[in-house]
Parts: sequence; C-alpha cells; structure tokens
Amino acid sequence: MSEMNEFDENGPEVIKRFMYVNRKAPYGTIYALECLEVVLVAAAFDQDVSVVFLDDGVCQLKKNQDTTGIGMKNFSKTYGALDDYDVEKIYVEKESLAARGLTEDDLVIPVEVLAADDLREVMAQQDVIISS
Amino acid sequence: MKFAILINEGPFTHQASDSAYRFTVAALARGYEIYRVFFYNDGVYNSNRFSEPQTDDRNLVSLWAKLGKEHDIDLVVCVAAGLRRGIKDEVLEDGFRISGLGQLVEAGIQADRLVVFGD
Repeated sequence: MSEMNEFDENGPEVIKRFMYVNRKAPYGTIYALECLEVVLVAAAFDQDVSVVFLDDGVCQLKKNQDTTGIGMKNFSKTYGALDDYDVEKIYVEKESLAARGLTEDDLVIPVEVLAADDLREVMAQQDVIISS
Repeated sequence: MKFAILINEGPFTHQASDSAYRFTVAALARGYEIYRVFFYNDGVYNSNRFSEPQTDDRNLVSLWAKLGKEHDIDLVVCVAAGLRRGIKDEVLEDGFRISGLGQLVEAGIQADRLVVFGD
C-alpha cells in the first residue's frame, strides 16, 4: 500500500518500456480503436512508449480512409495526435506493408519501417507488451 | 514474482478468460502475487452479474468474483470499454470495481510481468 501511495504522490519511480502492438484491420473489430484509446492514456504516464503496426494492423495507418459506407467513425486522423502526446516511436513492419502493396507514402503519419528481424529485437527489449 | 493480468475477451465467445483464470489459479498456488486483473475490450463482460450460463456450464463471472474474494485480488473493469457495452456499477458483480485505463498502465509498471489473454 505504501508503494501505491508513493506512486500516487510522487509519480512512478521506474520508467518501463511499454510497447503497444496493433495487428488487426481498423474496422471489422473494435481492437484497433480500443488499443488507440489505451495508447493515448498511457502517454500521460511518462513511460517509454512505442507503438507497432504489423499484419493487417498496418492498414490502420492508411491514408484516405472513407468509412461512410459502413457507418463507422473514421478515427485514422487520431493517429496524428500521437506526436502531440510525445509518442514518437512508431514502428511499422516492412513485410506486412509489402504484403499489402503499401509503402510509407501511403501512411497518415511518419513511421519507422523495420524488417521483422529488427522488430523482433526491439520487442525483446521491452518490459511490457500489450497486443491486440 | 508479481503478475498483472489483462483479459481482452468475454466469457463465452473466446477462451481467453478461462485461460487467464487457470493461469491465475496456478500462479497463486505457486505462491506468486497477482497485482491486478484488468478487464478490457469485451473482457468487461466477465463482470456482468446478470450473466446466466446454463447450469452445467462454468460461470466465469462468479469464478472470478470468488477467486478475487479468496485471495484479495484487485479485479478492475475499464470504465470506457464498460460504458459502451452497458457495464456499469448497477450490473457489476461484487468483488469487481470500475476504473480507468490508467489502472492497466499502472499495473504494467508495478508488476514484474503483465500477461495478456486475448486474440
């Protein structure tokens, strides 16, 4: 309990590396939207935050999304706010982009494109990985 | 070893909550601490006290509540994910509490390992 109080009054003593991994398409399931909500809250905690997009998750960042036909909110603009929240480490898996015929120019925000092998190394350095 | 658990799926469509429950029971039996169980996405449905599975089925809502009481585990349901699914205090099983996503991040900070159960 005293640990909790210290946390509440003085902020966390440890800075951990938190990685949020997005693997799902932006629509069809709620995972992408609710993961983004976690990242925006997590950004307030002064931890070392990174966000990864791989598999169909790379489609979350695609430019020119138009959701009028499916009645869903287009939340792709919100990714642009990550920079305002000081979330600057944004990784996209190279192979996932290529498999879907996408390039960095197709994405709504600047990202660091990493090959799967390099991404694996970054993942191995994390303290906490939350994936969906 | 201090664990935090994240459950991202409801009790029926998916096995995530069952697996998390068994993991938690096993960890406690080994003498490990469970710092918090956080329910997110459809995982918030694990706290709905109006859930009535058939009598020959396991009831994860009451299993979690019972385990929480026996071992004084902090069972936290995300307020934002809960609201959009109609999970609020009026339907919340005893032993669970509703709070913000900050509780998930804080659990990640405080625990030695955060284990995610979901798709």
